Amino acid sequence: MAEDRITDIGPPHYEQFLPPVIKANYGKWKYHEIPQPGVLKHVGESGDELYTVRCGAGRLLTTDYVREVCDIADKFCDGHVRWTSRNNIEFLTPKKENVEPLIAAIKAQGWPVGGTGHSVTSIVHTQGWIHCHTPAIDASGVVKAVMDDLFEYFGEHKLPAQVRISLACCLNMCGAVHCSDIAILGIHRTPPKIFHDKLRHVCEIPTTIASCPTGAIRPHPDKNIKSVVVNAERCMYCGNCYTMCPAMPLFDPEKGGVALLIGGKVSNAKHPPMFSRLGVPYLPNNPPRWPETCQAIRKILLAYANGANKWERVGEWITRIGWSRFFDICEIPFTFQHIDDYKWAYDTYNTSMHFKF
Amino acid sequence: MSDTPMLDQLETGPWPSFVKDLKRTAAKKPQVKDLLGQLERSYEEKITHWKHGGIVGVLGYGSGIIGRYSDLPDDFPGLEHFHTMRINQPSGWFYTTAALRMLCDIWDQYGSGVMNMHGSTGDIIFLGTTTDNLEPCFQALAQKGFDIGGSGSAMRSPSCCCGPSRCEWSCYDTMEACYDITQEFQFELHRPGFPYKFKFKFSGCPNDCVAAVARADCSVIGVWKDDIRIDAAAVKAYAGGELKPKGGGAHVDKLDIQKDVVDLCPTQCMSWDGNALKINNRECNHCMHCINLMPQALRPGTEKGATILLGSHAPILEGAQMSWVIVPFMEMEKPFDGLKELGANIMEWWTENGKNRERVGELILRLGMREFCLAVGLDPVPQSIKTPRCNPFFFWHPEDFEAEAEGKTYIKL
Ligand code: HEM
Ligand code: HEM
Ligand code: HEM
Ligand code: HEM
Ligand code: SF4
Ligand code: SF4
Ligand code: SF4
Ligand code: SF4
Repeated sequence: MAEDRITDIGPPHYEQFLPPVIKANYGKWKYHEIPQPGVLKHVGESGDELYTVRCGAGRLLTTDYVREVCDIADKFCDGHVRWTSRNNIEFLTPKKENVEPLIAAIKAQGWPVGGTGHSVTSIVHTQGWIHCHTPAIDASGVVKAVMDDLFEYFGEHKLPAQVRISLACCLNMCGAVHCSDIAILGIHRTPPKIFHDKLRHVCEIPTTIASCPTGAIRPHPDKNIKSVVVNAERCMYCGNCYTMCPAMPLFDPEKGGVALLIGGKVSNAKHPPMFSRLGVPYLPNNPPRWPETCQAIRKILLAYANGANKWERVGEWITRIGWSRFFDICEIPFTFQHIDDYKWAYDTYNTSMHFKF
Repeated sequence: MSDTPMLDQLETGPWPSFVKDLKRTAAKKPQVKDLLGQLERSYEEKITHWKHGGIVGVLGYGSGIIGRYSDLPDDFPGLEHFHTMRINQPSGWFYTTAALRMLCDIWDQYGSGVMNMHGSTGDIIFLGTTTDNLEPCFQALAQKGFDIGGSGSAMRSPSCCCGPSRCEWSCYDTMEACYDITQEFQFELHRPGFPYKFKFKFSGCPNDCVAAVARADCSVIGVWKDDIRIDAAAVKAYAGGELKPKGGGAHVDKLDIQKDVVDLCPTQCMSWDGNALKINNRECNHCMHCINLMPQALRPGTEKGATILLGSHAPILEGAQMSWVIVPFMEMEKPFDGLKELGANIMEWWTENGKNRERVGELILRLGMREFCLAVGLDPVPQSIKTPRCNPFFFWHPEDFEAEAEGKTYIKL
C-alpha cells in the first residue's frame, strides 16, 4: 500500500498546540516581569496574564519522563507545555493561583525551577557516549556533574548577567557552543591509529582519503599494503576519517579530555555577538563526575562574578580587563595552544601597545 | 553488586539524573538496559562504543535517519541496530500533552523510549530503533501529523524562538515564518541535493534566543526601523525603584538610569536629565540593551521586519564563521515571498558552485561577495561590513567602466 504512504507533510502547525491565552494575545504582549527566579509573567495589551514556570532538564529523557511532564501540565496548565532552546521545560498557565502549587509539584518531582535572568541556565549539549561515534567525552554525564556543582546559580539571579554554558563532545561541535559564555569541548589529542589489516577489508581508500579536511591522509607508500598513512603534523583530530573508515579509531582514553572556551555570546545587547575563545586547553577526561572540569568552571565563574561590572557578560568583562589579566586572575598558565595558528590566526594577534603586565 | 557502579554516582545531586530515568525504563526495555551497560563500559574505558555507517532510511527520503550500530553487539545485543530518527518539531516547541503522549506511545511501540527534547538543530530526537521499525514508526507518526526532519547534505529542520506567542519584543511572526519556510522547502529537507547542510533559524529580535547568528546558514533576526516606544511614566518608575530592572531578572533591585542604561548604550544615542529619557533613534543600533533593562518602559518600534544574515557554520574546515548581514531590512509578512525567493536563489547558486562539503558561507568567501550578490540579486550595502577593506587590492570590472561612462562617480562633488 505504498500509495497510502504519507510523506512531505512537514511538522504539524503550531497553532493547535498553543494555549488559549496565547492565541488570544498572539503578537499583542505588552511587557513581562520575572516575579521570582524561574517564573515569567507576561501581560498582554488586553490585560490578560500568562505565567510561565521554567523547569531545568537535560535533553536526554525517556517517554516515562515526558509522561510525568504531561501529568503536571494536565493538572496545572490545561495540558499545555513547551521546551526552550536550552532544553528547559516551560509550564504555561493563565492562572496565577496555579503558580505556587505548580512549583511545588515540579519540586516534588525532584526537578529544579529557575534558569531565568541572571542565572546559569541549562547547559545545551550534544550526544556523547550515549549515541555518537566520535566523542572524546560524555555529554549528559558532564552536564549533570557541572549543573550539580553550579546548582545554586540556577535558581537565583545573583550573577552580573546571564551565563550560558554549552557542551560539545568533539570538535565537530554539533551543538551551539562556540558563542557561549563558557563552552565545554571534548577534544582528542592524537591522530588516528591505523589498523592496516582491517582497513584493507572494511574501507574504501579513495573515500577515506577524501574525508580528511586537512588533506593529512595519503595512500600507503607500499602498494602491497593497500592502506593509508596519516601525516600526524597536519591532523587536527577531527575524526572524519573514522566516520568513513572504522579501521582508523582516534580514541586515546588517557590523552583525550576537555577544553574550555570562554567569553562568547549571541545576543546583540551592548557588544555585538562574540565567539568563545580558548581559556583552558586541556583538563583530564575523568568520569563519572569530571571533577577537574567542574572545579575549573567554578573558578572561572567566581572570578567573573567577583570582577565583572553590572550587566557585563563574561566576554565583555574579559574584553575590558584584557585576556592577559583574565589568565592572571584565573591562574591559567599561558601556552602555545592559546596562540592561534589555524587559518585566520593573524586576526587574533595584538598589533598594539594596549596590553598589561 | 550493581552493573553500573560509575553511572550510579550520577544518580545523586540536585540536578535531574538521566541515569535514574534510564534505569526506570531499563526495567521494561532490555535495549535500554544494554544502553546503560554500554555507557558504563564507555565510562570505564573512556571511549565511545558506537560505530558509524550503513545507510538506513525510509522509503523516498534521503535524510532524517542516522544509522547507528554498537561495536559490542555480542555483549549488548539490544544495541546492534540503534538508529536515530529526527522528528521535525512544531514551531516554538509548543505541545499539548495529548500530542506528547501520542509521540510517547508511538516511540514506546517502535523504539527504545529514549529521546532528546530536543537535538541541537531543534528536532525531537528518537534514540534507538531497528531498521525494520523505521518505516512503520514513520508512518505511524505521519498518520498523526508529524514528519521526519533533515540530515545530511539537505535542508535541516528550521527552528525559531517563541516570538509573538510569548514575547513582546518579536519584530515579526517567527513561528509562522518557521512553519511556512519549512513547508516551502519540504523537498530539499527530505532529499539531500546540496553540497552540504543548510539551516534557517528565526529569532524575533536582536537578543537572538535561538542563536541564529551562530548556528544557521541563513539567520533571520527581527528588527525595527522607527523609534523605540517609550512609556515616560514607566521610565520614572524605574528611576524611582518601583519597577525592577529586567523585570526582576537581575541581581540588583534598582536601576541607575544614567549609569546602567544611558552610559552603556553602545552608540551613546540616549540622554537622561533626571526626568525624561530621550533617544536619538536615527543613531540607535537596536542592540536591545535599554529595552532588556526596562521592559515595561521601552519597546521596539512599530515599523518592523527582519535582517537577513548569511554564512555561519562550525569550525570545520576554514574556521568557524558567524553569519553576516546581507539584507539589512526585509518585510516579513506572510507568505514571506521575499525570503522564499532569496532563499531559493541562494540555494541555487550554492548548489551550482559549491564543492562537496562546502557551506554557503565558505563558498562566498571563496568566490567573493560581488559574485554572490550579483548572482542572487543583491546590491552592495554598508550594513554588511564592519569596516571597508584596508588593502589596495580591489578589483574593477568592465561593468564599472561602463557605469562610469554613463556618469557614475564615487563621491558626490
Ligand atoms: C520577553 C522576554 C524574553 C523571552 C520570552 C525570552 C525567551 C527565551 C527563551 C525561552 C530562551 C531559552 C531559554 C532557556 O531555556 O534558558 C531564551 C534564550 C535566550 N535569551 Fe531570551 N527571552 C527574553 C528576554 C531575553 C533577554 C532580556 C535577553 C538578553 C538580555 C535574552 C537573550 C537570550 C539569549 C542570549 C538566550 C540564549 C540563546 C542561547 O544561547 O541558546 N532574552 N530566551
Ligand atoms: C565529518 C564531520 C561530521 C560527522 C561525521 C558528523 C556526524 C554526526 C552524527 C553521526 C550525528 C548524529 C549523532 C546522533 O544523534 O547519534 C551528528 C549530529 C549532528 N551534527 Fe554532525 N557530524 C559532522 C560534522 C558536523 C558539523 C561540522 C556540525 C556543525 C556545524 C554538525 C552538526 C550536527 C548537529 C547539529 C547534529 C545534531 C546533534 C544533536 O542533536 O545534538 N555536524 N553529526
Ligand atoms: C570550542 C569551540 C567551539 C565549539 C565547541 C563550537 C561548537 C559548535 C557547534 C556545536 C556548532 C553547531 C551548531 C548547530 O549546528 O546547531 C557550531 C557552529 C558554529 N560555530 Fe562553533 N564552536 C566552537 C568554536 C567556534 C569558533 C571559534 C567559531 C568562530 C570563530 C565558531 C563559529 C561557529 C559558527 C559560525 C557555527 C555555525 C553553525 C553551523 O554550522 O551550523 N565556533 N559550533
Ligand atoms: C599600493 C599600495 C601602496 C603603495 C604603493 C605604498 C607606497 C608607499 C610609499 C611610496 C611610501 C613612502 C615611503 C617613503 O617615505 O619613502 C609609503 C609609506 C607608508 N605606507 Fe604605504 N603604500 C601602499 C599601501 C599602504 C597600505 C595599505 C598601508 C597601510 C595600511 C601603508 C602604510 C604606509 C605607512 C604607515 C607609511 C609610512 C608613512 C610615514 O612615513 O609617515 N601603505 N607607502
Ligand atoms: S559533538 Fe561530535 S561527538 Fe558529540 S554528538 Fe556531535 S558529532 Fe558526535
Ligand atoms: S582525524 Fe581528521 S584531520 Fe586527522 S587524519 Fe582523520 S580526518 Fe584527517
Ligand atoms: S529572540 Fe527576541 S523576540 Fe525572540 S524570544 Fe528572544 S527576546 Fe523574544
Ligand atoms: S537599543 Fe541599544 S543602541 Fe539603541 S538606544 Fe537602546 S541601548 Fe542604545
